[in-house]
Amino acid sequence: MVQNIIDVRNLSKSFDISSKEPGLKGTIKHFFRRQTKSLKVIKNISFEIKEGEIVGFLGANGAGKTTILKMLCGLIYPSEGSILVSEHLPFRRKENFLKNITLIMGQKQQLIWDLPPIESFYLNASIYDIDKFEAKKRIKKLSEMLEIDEELFIPVRKLSLGQRMKSELLAALIHEPNILFLDEPTLGLDINAQRNLRKFLQKYNKETNATICLTSHYMKDITSLCKRVICVQEGAISYDGKLDLLLKKLSPVKEILIVCRSEEDASKLENFGFTVKNKIKNEITIKIENESITPSLKSILNNFDIEDLFINEPPIDEVIGKVLIKKEYDI
Amino acid sequence: MISNLINRKIFTLLKVQYSNMLEYRVEIALWAISGIIPFFMLNIWTNNNLNESINISDILLSRYFLCAFFVRQFSVVWVVFSFEEDSLMGKVSPYLIQPLNPFFRYFAQHLAEQITRFPFALIIAFFFFIINPESLWIPNLSILLLSIVSTFLSFLIQFLIQSIIACLCFWTEKASSIERLLFIPTLFLSGLLAPVVSFPAYVKSWIYLTPFPYLIDFPANLMSGNETNISGGLGMQILWIFLLYPLFKKIWSEGTKKYTAMGS
Repeated sequence: MVQNIIDVRNLSKSFDISSKEPGLKGTIKHFFRRQTKSLKVIKNISFEIKEGEIVGFLGANGAGKTTILKMLCGLIYPSEGSILVSEHLPFRRKENFLKNITLIMGQKQQLIWDLPPIESFYLNASIYDIDKFEAKKRIKKLSEMLEIDEELFIPVRKLSLGQRMKSELLAALIHEPNILFLDEPTLGLDINAQRNLRKFLQKYNKETNATICLTSHYMKDITSLCKRVICVQEGAISYDGKLDLLLKKLSPVKEILIVCRSEEDASKLENFGFTVKNKIKNEITIKIENESITPSLKSILNNFDIEDLFINEPPIDEVIGKVLIKKEYDI
Repeated sequence: MISNLINRKIFTLLKVQYSNMLEYRVEIALWAISGIIPFFMLNIWTNNNLNESINISDILLSRYFLCAFFVRQFSVVWVVFSFEEDSLMGKVSPYLIQPLNPFFRYFAQHLAEQITRFPFALIIAFFFFIINPESLWIPNLSILLLSIVSTFLSFLIQFLIQSIIACLCFWTEKASSIERLLFIPTLFLSGLLAPVVSFPAYVKSWIYLTPFPYLIDFPANLMSGNETNISGGLGMQILWIFLLYPLFKKIWSEGTKKYTAMGS
């Protein structure tokens, strides 16, 4: 049986936020009497993640996804509840724990800006107690996987965003962590760079059985990497389960465009009991529930002379986008 | 364990930071030149014959201010400003989840800069002796070694004081303003503007209980061959380090619990 590597119970996090009214009056008031309030950004959440799983965290901006990742990797201290990651309390930041994890933030970098990435790699290797020979081997292996070569010797400031991101990944993976926390790792990358990064993460997960927790606003990242998603809405978990099931739940109906041989057939089909979206001459678009799609199509093909038919999957961005709209969609 | 840390982690950090510093050669030269306050002070002291009141000859005074310049070059600390910026911008986050306290990075950065500054400081000293040839002296080797140790201890004290203040970023966000409060006593009581011996006796007795005279005055007096209590001075430097280090550890461990990883 696969072990749980992450176990989160009744986790909450509050931040003290100070607010200020606009204008000079507000500024003076703020200077003498600062008003702070405690904002609960994570509200009593619980979940487990198994070893080797790739889990996507979905949610609107400010929903609390990144805060969850930050608590999981020990960067911030939880207000309430418990977290166990690889049998460690993350916020204690014990050496054994830190050597087991990595955090990659799409908008933050750890590479030394004025030096070539190779210098940061060797530095990280020494921080993680990896000897020079082993470091060299790992850099070679990872750079082949990431398809970077000459870039290793060019100052970071002169690299493109994609090259920099690949170098960031290499720096973050040199100690071969078995838990990866990725906060929008493809942010700002072009389509090819995004695809390469996803391919790399899939390969890394397959080869090392690493657990990956990922947040991204690019749905392609989520759909191509994650079988399981956790949806976060205003600090609480609104869905935790298979991505397929979520998609079915959010989009229970498919649209089917049927091209009949005659207009007469199309008119008959219009009155056959299906929900019709529209009809133009011999073309008719009907809506069928996912569960009854096979028998319905069978019946249509048996009873009508059909020239062609197209099943339209709703765009995944649109479907998952419903999750990101606060309060609008109750999963 | 500790030797491994020093041998591998710190050495690699130092090497990398030194490479990084060499990218900023011109800036380092300008920073070295900007530290010539002691030479201005020397000019004020000698032109106004102020040294007569404290029974120090012109030559000893010029050596003192040259040594104060050297000590300052190798003990100047700015960790509070670097940490404050990194903390507010969330840049410190990736370092917090590595098995090495981020302050080691800043420590290596400072040491690397000191190594980079060294040749520029020597050039300035060379010109100083051309202008003041009578001040030229060759210090005793053991005194020179003790002065280097004392300068390093002075750097450690300042690094620890600023690191403690830097950790206040976890509570106040703008910890550098607290550091500015310390700037005035550091300027006046450290011996940068005037040797501490020039202060009235009752003031001196209080000053010597603070860490300030051990930052510039003591190592500069030691290096320049002026009369000073060597064991007492080194003892006080070590005592301050022993007092400040646990305080830093405590404030660091409490502060990281408050870290909100802003900007990331």
